[in-house]
Amino acid sequence: MKHHFDVRIGPVGFRIGSAWRRPVTELATLYAGYPGPDGGIADFTVRLEPERPWRRWLRPSIAIRGDFTLPDAAPLSLAHGLLAAEMGMNLQMALGQRRFLLLHASAVERDGRALLMTGHSGAGKSTLAALLGERGWRFMGDEFALLEPDTGLLHAFPRLVSLKNGAIAQMESEAAAERFGPRLGATPKGDIRHMRPNPRAIAEMGVPARPALILFPRYGFEAADRPMGASEVFVRLTQASTNYVALGEAGFDALSTLVRRVPARAVDYPDTATALGMVEMLWAELAG
Amino acid sequence: MPGPVYRAEPAAHRRHIALDTLDLIYHRTSGITHVVAEPVPQILAALEQGQADVTEIVRRLAATHELNRGEAEPVIAARLLELEVAGLVARA
Amino acid sequence: MKDALSLARALCDPGSVGRLDARGWTALIAAARAEQLIGTLAYRLKGLAIPDAAERVLADARASAEHWRRSALWEAEAARRALGPLDCSVILLKGTAFAAAGLDAGAGRAIGDLDILVPRDRLDDVERALLEAGWEWVKPDPYDDAYYRRWMHELPPLIHRERDRMIDVHHTILPPTARITPDAAALIEDSVALQNGLRVLSPPDMICHAVTHLFADGDLSGGLRNLWDIDRLLREYRNDAVVWEALPRRAERHGIAREFARAMRLTERLFGSPIPVVSKRGALDPFYVRRLAARDGWGRETRKGLRLAFYARSHWLRMPPLMLAEHLWRKARR
Repeated sequence: MKHHFDVRIGPVGFRIGSAWRRPVTELATLYAGYPGPDGGIADFTVRLEPERPWRRWLRPSIAIRGDFTLPDAAPLSLAHGLLAAEMGMNLQMALGQRRFLLLHASAVERDGRALLMTGHSGAGKSTLAALLGERGWRFMGDEFALLEPDTGLLHAFPRLVSLKNGAIAQMESEAAAERFGPRLGATPKGDIRHMRPNPRAIAEMGVPARPALILFPRYGFEAADRPMGASEVFVRLTQASTNYVALGEAGFDALSTLVRRVPARAVDYPDTATALGMVEMLWAELAG
Repeated sequence: MPGPVYRAEPAAHRRHIALDTLDLIYHRTSGITHVVAEPVPQILAALEQGQADVTEIVRRLAATHELNRGEAEPVIAARLLELEVAGLVARA
Repeated sequence: MKDALSLARALCDPGSVGRLDARGWTALIAAARAEQLIGTLAYRLKGLAIPDAAERVLADARASAEHWRRSALWEAEAARRALGPLDCSVILLKGTAFAAAGLDAGAGRAIGDLDILVPRDRLDDVERALLEAGWEWVKPDPYDDAYYRRWMHELPPLIHRERDRMIDVHHTILPPTARITPDAAALIEDSVALQNGLRVLSPPDMICHAVTHLFADGDLSGGLRNLWDIDRLLREYRNDAVVWEALPRRAERHGIAREFARAMRLTERLFGSPIPVVSKRGALDPFYVRRLAARDGWGRETRKGLRLAFYARSHWLRMPPLMLAEHLWRKARR
């Protein structure tokens, strides 16, 4: 394709081709400091291409395609090219990842041990991971956590943090301006601004961690936490995984081992400051 | 009329992990994970002794569990139908 | 990588990948995924010295293919359990048949829906038994339903409500609207039983079916994969004199002698297959080759005009023109 950008995020290499220069320039700026795919060979190809040939110039609209494509995905405007690239990479992971059990979860690490947070969108897992990543934890990813069946280790997938609506201002006060991408208004998911994880998250993205605690945060409730039984965690994590079934027995082993070894808590919180305090306390209590 | 006789998928084709309240059964032949509650694991265990109809399964269960045979039969029969759709048991 | 000919070469001559650089590997992987041949490629390249990053992708593809194979065989088993009491021949077709019969054509192959062939006069019984065992109609639209029943070679597709997997029940291997009408009774008559009681087509019929599938099903999209099936089947039976000699006669009996000859020329040209009959080069052969290889190293379809020409032709072939007009009209209005 006319323009392209190669990048490695955690253990996964991507090749992103684009019919337009702009999305590729934006990617190169925001992914500054990331390595290329291992050996130059990408695991997945993403294509940002005109929905119809003439749409390259006339009211340009980006169709997100690649090795794996959703047939009825709505195209995005050229101004949202960065979002299109991110969605394209996520799509490849969701539909094509087979080496790791893919958990729709955010993750941070401390002392070689990982905290996993998962829940419905709006639950705050992404913002909490981003904040913890600026406050002494190593940020491993805000969207996908990769569980390796053979070892039970969690691999990082620290792509750009995708901040939405209220979380944007919150992180703007935490991190340097040069780590932020353009503010994308009125996307299908509301306002979005991408943020590059900090240098430590990028430098250590090849280092896996042993899962030590699983939290199911829920925003907008009185502060409370309750233990979750292994079977409830199992069922919820299969729902939070796009490739559990495709991994077959390896996926079964990985997930059933995880839920038996790692404690889990459902956590309700009224605001992020409270949530951060609860995370630290639960970690001290349970992750030992 | 005697009910259908069932046989279980061979135990080697299944992986069974008991969690807190529910059990996981991974069915190797289909690649499907079944999350099941009592008395499903017990039914499958009872069928390890060989194929059987509902009455015989309940008799085997009664040997190790406390149950009222008359009440248990319709429950077990309903679970067997579900297990048949899931492919974990088949009519012999 | 300007077209998929290097993918075809990698499949039939795995050593050829030794020349690839990193870009070449990425392109080969993207093209193979787009042509649904990544699993096949992964099996063909197994054991060769290839770069680690590529080897990881291929190992994943083999694991995926194993998952497809297991799911496909389980769907076949579910159909066997549902249809067993009917005492009627149930013949597995395409990918599931290759996997169930342990044929090389099944190694790494992507397998989608379960396709089965049953005698036409048992269709109603089969439909009823499947509905009882948990399958449901996919399309509630009465026009589609009537269209399928009247003009297609299969029941409207059914999906299993628990497993979310489709089954296509055929009573012949081409729609009655097609100008070619294979001998369905002979297909069933000569089918071969597997250990579990399910059946597969006889080897010559399996190859004939792969030929009709290549040309009749759509616009040659997925054609490279379908042609690869033919290559593998030919190699599987090349030393079986009975099959080899029966092949051309069988193709004639099904009324597909021309298509068979063309498929033989194409598979020899693209995959160097051993073929039982040599025929004169067809005027359109180069177009077919260009169409089959119309895929670039980004996984994009190329040669739009040529694709369109084949698409138009495929619809022409499948339905007489007046019926086609009516069909397109109804589709357009929805």
